[in-house]
Amino acid sequence: MAKAQVQLISEEGLRHDGRRPDELRPIRMKVGVLSNADGSALVEFGKTRVIAAVYGPREPIQKYMVLPDRAVLRVRYHMAPFSTSERKSPAPSRREIELSKVIRESLEPVLLPEYFPRTTIDVFIEVLQADGGTRTASVTAASLALADAGIPMKALVGGVAVGKVNGVLVLDVDEVEDSAGEADLPIAAAPDIGLITLFQLNGVLTRDEIRAAVNMALKAIEYIVEKEKEALKAKYEF
Amino acid sequence: MSVTPFRLPTIPLYKKETIMNLIAKGLRLDGVRTPESPRSVKVEVGVIEKAEGSAHVRLGNTQVIAGVKIDVGTPFRDTPDQGVLTVHAEFVPLASPLFEPGPPDENAIELARVIDRSLREVGAVDLNALAIRPGEKVWIVWVDLYILDHDGNLFDASMLAAMAALLDAKLPYYEEIETGEIVLDRSKSEGPLPVKHRVVTVTLAKIGDYLIVDPDFEEESVADARIVLAFDEQGRIVGAQKTGPGGLTTADLEKAMDLGWRAAEVYFKALDEALAGKTGGS
Repeated sequence: MAKAQVQLISEEGLRHDGRRPDELRPIRMKVGVLSNADGSALVEFGKTRVIAAVYGPREPIQKYMVLPDRAVLRVRYHMAPFSTSERKSPAPSRREIELSKVIRESLEPVLLPEYFPRTTIDVFIEVLQADGGTRTASVTAASLALADAGIPMKALVGGVAVGKVNGVLVLDVDEVEDSAGEADLPIAAAPDIGLITLFQLNGVLTRDEIRAAVNMALKAIEYIVEKEKEALKAKYEF
Repeated sequence: MSVTPFRLPTIPLYKKETIMNLIAKGLRLDGVRTPESPRSVKVEVGVIEKAEGSAHVRLGNTQVIAGVKIDVGTPFRDTPDQGVLTVHAEFVPLASPLFEPGPPDENAIELARVIDRSLREVGAVDLNALAIRPGEKVWIVWVDLYILDHDGNLFDASMLAAMAALLDAKLPYYEEIETGEIVLDRSKSEGPLPVKHRVVTVTLAKIGDYLIVDPDFEEESVADARIVLAFDEQGRIVGAQKTGPGGLTTADLEKAMDLGWRAAEVYFKALDEALAGKTGGS
């Protein structure tokens, strides 16, 4: 589709907010931010702010929703009505239903659900402010909240989106770049076990561009996961 | 809310082992296919006379019907000069013991959205050519996917059906009356729906360390994850989605792009054949 040609890469090769193409926004992470939840985390990528809470493993509220040999994971990705420029209806949209699914499937590869048969592990994610990259920030926050809840995991998961703007691959796209860009490739991965756990492409890319974008994302995710480890350790420092 | 599927049939472990042992020898459960080959594809267009475009796809035992309906409506505020394309999928309960009556679940929504994005991002339908009175009246194109029989890989079958139905679709004849209203006469046509690009998706399943093209239902049930890749005719990737509970390595992704493109050519050929059989086709 013909996208409005907006100049988002300057002559010096910098982005509209001054970042280099392979530069992340300022990232902030904090765990244990809620008192009721078994685990919780707040994650910021620039103006994008996401909070995640984990309840469980616990007895399922709907008794039929069980598996005899392992835990069931329930994930809800939800945007606060005030998180966007125009108010978002709090009713779940088709987008939120799809994202809840891909986020659940980005976390399942690192969990060990067979440790907790007949239970549910609930992950509730609220996007408090949306400025691009909310699903990947959500995966990052959910991974932290699961670890904070003490749920055994094979590895931590982190996420980031790579976009294509004015023909240039850029890391960690914000809303301006996402809506004007030619492609958006959100990726989540567990670098410690070498798995990509979320992979979507919205846009048109050649195979070489996909290769380059995946490499760019995976390098950033290694850094994001290190930040997650620091945030988890910080909770126990005094 | 998305929940780990808890109503799926239990698949014995030996079945997964059998499937993996066969793949290691370059074979599949059906005794016919190699890991790289899709099932037989049959595409038939014009199957629903009342629809502006339609197609029936058989991919092995999986069957999908796509119907294209075209109406006049108002454009979106941010794209006043463009028509509107909407993709919906219904997993009707007659298609599988796993499907329940009710509004589309997360699987149906995911399928429709992946197909919608893959068509939209490459501009498969020329939405710029669908304005009747820019800013006021535009063509609204509805693609409705109907899963009739679920034997795995609903993505590829649905995309083939959607694409064939769009290529089969004709804009209804219209007249502007004095009040400015647009009146349709569906018995006559304004000409074909403007389709600029053809797109197919190829789904690959990861089972153990192996990747197989076009998994059937049993193979999907034992798969760790699936990757859906949408290709245009030049081999560019115009959409992608990892689906299922597992993960993929970068090597898997590389192999998927390679095997995927080879299978895409088979699907494009099936589309060509279906449309060649139609007189006066595009």
